[in-house]
Amino acid sequence: MKPDPGLYDYWPYHDRPKVVWPGGKKLAFWVAPNIEFYELDPPANPSRKAWPRPAPDVTGYAYRDYGNRVGHWRMMELMDRYGIRGSISLSVALIDHHPEIIQACVERDWEFFSHGIYNTRYAYGMDEAQERAIIQDSIDAVRRATGQTIAGWLAPALTHTERTLDLLADMGLKYTCDLFHDDQPTPVKTATGRFCSVPYSLEMNDSIVFNVQNITPRRYVEILKENFDRLYAEGETSGTVMCIPLHAYLIGLPYRLEPFEEALAYITGHKDVWVTTGREIAEYWSANYYDAALADIAAKAGAR
Amino acid sequence: MALDPTYLEYPRRRYGMDHDRYAWSLLKDRPKVEWPGGAKVALFIVPAIEVFPLDQKGQPFKLPGGMVTPYPDLRHFTLRDYGARVGVWRMLGLFDRLKLKATWAVNGRAAERYPYLLRTLAARAGDEIAAHGWDMDSPHYGGQPIEDETALVDRTLRALRDFTGQAVEGWVSPGRSESMATPDLLRAAGVSWFGDWANDDLPYPFHAAGGDLTAMPLSTDVDDRQILVEFRHSEAEFAQQLIDQFTYLAREAEATGGGRAMSLSLHPWVIGQPHRIGALEQALAHIAAQPGVWSATAGEIAAAWRARAGA
Repeated sequence: MKPDPGLYDYWPYHDRPKVVWPGGKKLAFWVAPNIEFYELDPPANPSRKAWPRPAPDVTGYAYRDYGNRVGHWRMMELMDRYGIRGSISLSVALIDHHPEIIQACVERDWEFFSHGIYNTRYAYGMDEAQERAIIQDSIDAVRRATGQTIAGWLAPALTHTERTLDLLADMGLKYTCDLFHDDQPTPVKTATGRFCSVPYSLEMNDSIVFNVQNITPRRYVEILKENFDRLYAEGETSGTVMCIPLHAYLIGLPYRLEPFEEALAYITGHKDVWVTTGREIAEYWSANYYDAALADIAAKAGAR
Repeated sequence: MALDPTYLEYPRRRYGMDHDRYAWSLLKDRPKVEWPGGAKVALFIVPAIEVFPLDQKGQPFKLPGGMVTPYPDLRHFTLRDYGARVGVWRMLGLFDRLKLKATWAVNGRAAERYPYLLRTLAARAGDEIAAHGWDMDSPHYGGQPIEDETALVDRTLRALRDFTGQAVEGWVSPGRSESMATPDLLRAAGVSWFGDWANDDLPYPFHAAGGDLTAMPLSTDVDDRQILVEFRHSEAEFAQQLIDQFTYLAREAEATGGGRAMSLSLHPWVIGQPHRIGALEQALAHIAAQPGVWSATAGEIAAAWRARAGA
């Protein structure tokens, strides 16, 4: 074990090279629905139990299943109304289980990236060959179903090994959603390849908001607006990124979706917002700002 | 170090679910359901009448609301009793004033512990008595010996049927706990609907040995204990969430032309408190005053759904 993952250098959010998003926009806004499949009776991982109760853990399973049966369509149609294309954090096995959902997202030109095979199969304890196998499985499955080559990764149930990001970069992926250290894209140090972090968010993630922070649906809307207002204002200095990670089994509940719409209306109602996807942010930023970021990081590391 | 190779095998990676209990289907693709009188939302309220043993074993897991401190946990034991002694009578008054039906999910053991209450509930015209397992320290669980679970189901249903003289065809497992066999045992014991799988906003057919059960969409989120005790939201926010839940479902029903079901799970020891009951009344008064609400028992909604959906 290491005291630091060694993925990035300290890079102060101060006097950075100015980022301007396409069209002169100040804030890149993306919504990342996690479309997940949890297994009723998954094999055991030595480091983490899939469910608190012995299988079948009906409460946890049914709770997630609601998102696919009921919540997804509501969330998707709401996003349609505000012209938001989702960037899907996908349990890729869901391609086999629920192709109707995949097809609807393909028709909307949503982005697909991988969130592992199932959200009940963890990376903990995998050797390199096994971890490469789930990455390749993800690449192949999404390509077959959608024609897209995945660029992004959010680890299944946020489970990693020390080599995860090296392997993603080596296998051609372009960005990770697993790092929460910044409000702008940043370079990620990997063994091979040019790889970056696109700000996802735990603070704005409906799962953390509702089930960890125990925040009410209406307060969630206020938090989203406050988060947006600050990032939008700071985007004048240098372009920022705001992500709303969602789970249809959470936000797709009627009593949460009823107030949530206001947040999307508010954010997309501002003129200097680039409503986009994770891949587009990663590509644009990497093409235009990656080298300047590296130079600035090096310059600031040399300051004493 | 590596994981066992079977960890990267996915034998149930296939179309539909990873089990055979029910068919995969999107709510939006279901046949349109018409409720009696052209109602948009069928509302079923499910208060639980629970018995929490002081000598809780908590094996293999503790059920929600169970004892917390070292034995004897008088504070939680007596607070749970408060619900059946005091809180539930406030709820009854509210349901009467608003003319709302309730589906009482009753532990089998309540017949011996709260006979006066259970007689009162069983005598209420229009309400339904459903089974809620034996008590709040008798979970159903994966790996439970089948004889033990069969005895638990039979003892629960016998206690409630003998006491009430009613058919008792509905079931909600305590803590929604199940083994792989629970639906089969329920079906064999004459249960027609159950409310353990909170994955929908409409009833659906659930396969069991001997024939289908009707799965009733009893939410684990639209629940006083979840919102007030677990999430620690205020009473006013709880009321707002109930109203939002109804408003959204009614609008969706209107837009799609097919009815929806709204459940409300309640616990007398939570919502029956003096400072909380008013918030429930405010929310339910609002909902009951809207057009297109059908207040019914879970059994009535299940039957109506089976009739209209041709299931």
